Amino acid sequence: MHPAPSVIIFTVFSGLGFGLLFWMGIDATPPTGWVGFVFFAVAYIMAVGGLLSSTFHLGHPERFLKAFSQWRSSWLSREGIASVATLITMGFYGLGLVFFDVAWQPLGWLGAFGALMTVFTTSMIYAQMKTVPRWRHWTTPALFLLLSLAGGAMLAGKIDVSLPLLVLATGLQVLAWVHGDGRFVASGTSMETATGLGHIGKVRAFEPPHTGTNYLMSEFIHVVGRKHAMKLRIIAAVLGFLLPALGLYFGDNHGIFALAIVSHIAGIITLRWLFFAQAEHVVGLYYGKR
Amino acid sequence: MTQLPKSTDKKLGLVIDLDTCVGCHACVVSCKGWNTENYGAPLSDQNAYSGAASGTFLNRVHSYEVQPEQGEAQLIHFPKSCLHCDDAPCVTVCPTGASYKRSEDGIVLVNESDCIGCGLCAWACPYGARELDAKEGVMKKCTLCVDRIYNENLPQEDRQPACVRTCPAGARHFGDLADETSDVSILVAERGGFDLMPEQGTKPTNKYLPPRPKDVEPEFDILAPYLTPIAQDGKGFVGWLDKALSSLPGGAK
Repeated sequence: MHPAPSVIIFTVFSGLGFGLLFWMGIDATPPTGWVGFVFFAVAYIMAVGGLLSSTFHLGHPERFLKAFSQWRSSWLSREGIASVATLITMGFYGLGLVFFDVAWQPLGWLGAFGALMTVFTTSMIYAQMKTVPRWRHWTTPALFLLLSLAGGAMLAGKIDVSLPLLVLATGLQVLAWVHGDGRFVASGTSMETATGLGHIGKVRAFEPPHTGTNYLMSEFIHVVGRKHAMKLRIIAAVLGFLLPALGLYFGDNHGIFALAIVSHIAGIITLRWLFFAQAEHVVGLYYGKR
Repeated sequence: MTQLPKSTDKKLGLVIDLDTCVGCHACVVSCKGWNTENYGAPLSDQNAYSGAASGTFLNRVHSYEVQPEQGEAQLIHFPKSCLHCDDAPCVTVCPTGASYKRSEDGIVLVNESDCIGCGLCAWACPYGARELDAKEGVMKKCTLCVDRIYNENLPQEDRQPACVRTCPAGARHFGDLADETSDVSILVAERGGFDLMPEQGTKPTNKYLPPRPKDVEPEFDILAPYLTPIAQDGKGFVGWLDKALSSLPGGAK
């Protein structure tokens, strides 16, 4: 799949933003006043910035309101609704904290639930794709949620929770990578089933339909990044998990924690890039490619 | 509404005969010609006169070489467009309701004025039947020439999809696949029509007819066995020449 920057920025930063909102929502002693304002500002800049970024890959962003209508069947529509509902709920909760010094706790819990739902619905946009076997697995939503919670906890300054979450996320990411590598073959879709000609023999793409490229090839067949996949996985794991975990464990001041967060974000951007660049869409088979 | 209808009254679709298709791409051209100037946004091209031309097509013809375990390889031309699936995954993922499947005839269409161009339906389609138009920013797909098949301004023989009407080989057939007595259904039954990627669970309406096995050519030239075969081992003069040339500096061994 084509790793579009707008979608990578969207999933990484709205994941972090909603993760932070989750921890704000369930915090028994949430920050108030100016400190609360800063936390909420960071969360909203990330969550809203990410959502806005996702509209850049739309052909007609001005029609975005229509995307709230099909929640019965569409995960993208559900995500739109969950995100707006969460942002409004947490907006009121933050209003109370920042300006009135009160925690309207039920609103916070509701907003925290909404933040989780938003991240879950985002992940299901990918996990539902039968055409992309690497994504269609329970590890996709689990990892999106875990990374959002871990990153959110780091941003919220909850070091004692973020450390075990980071360790869990590392394990799950490795499982997702290793298991994901075999899923395309395991899905049973091949050039033989794609063409229905397997009963005759081995199928080879002889001539493409056109001399140039097309939308399908640029959107779904991305081979450039894959040859560096192993190196990028190591870079992502070191930046996203190892360095932040070390920083959180041994760090004793805000400077180290800030560096840990920056490193984590860089790592998550790398692994999200891989999430797209490594994912093979079955339509590539018609072009003899993966 | 992007929920799928429970059932459709008809299942209009195509039956494509891989035995007959000669790979001339006439269906591609007629499809683009009709659909760029009728229903919906035109099908744009980018850099059409450069080395890196691309454009939106609703129908494309691939060519495959299939190598059986024994015998000669077969070359098979393979036209592919929307299969108007019963369980169309492209419809249910649409966030705006722009994509829909008609309950009356099963045709899958895009209401372009509702399409936000998110591309998710193209992600969900295993067949590459949907292409986002780079100029218009909306999703384009085969309409089964919905503006021809019911068009009373056209003579009866033209009320079929442009690709079917134009195919010079008679490799494309259009009809109702829900009706077991229709010509297309009989064709599918008699020739063993099959689905593409059945494991994806999309239940496509369009069917493909398998190419028949290649004939085994009998030895038709009675003189052939008497002809001297081309020397492979290089005995006699050819053998001497081979050795002599090879021994020269830079000679092939």
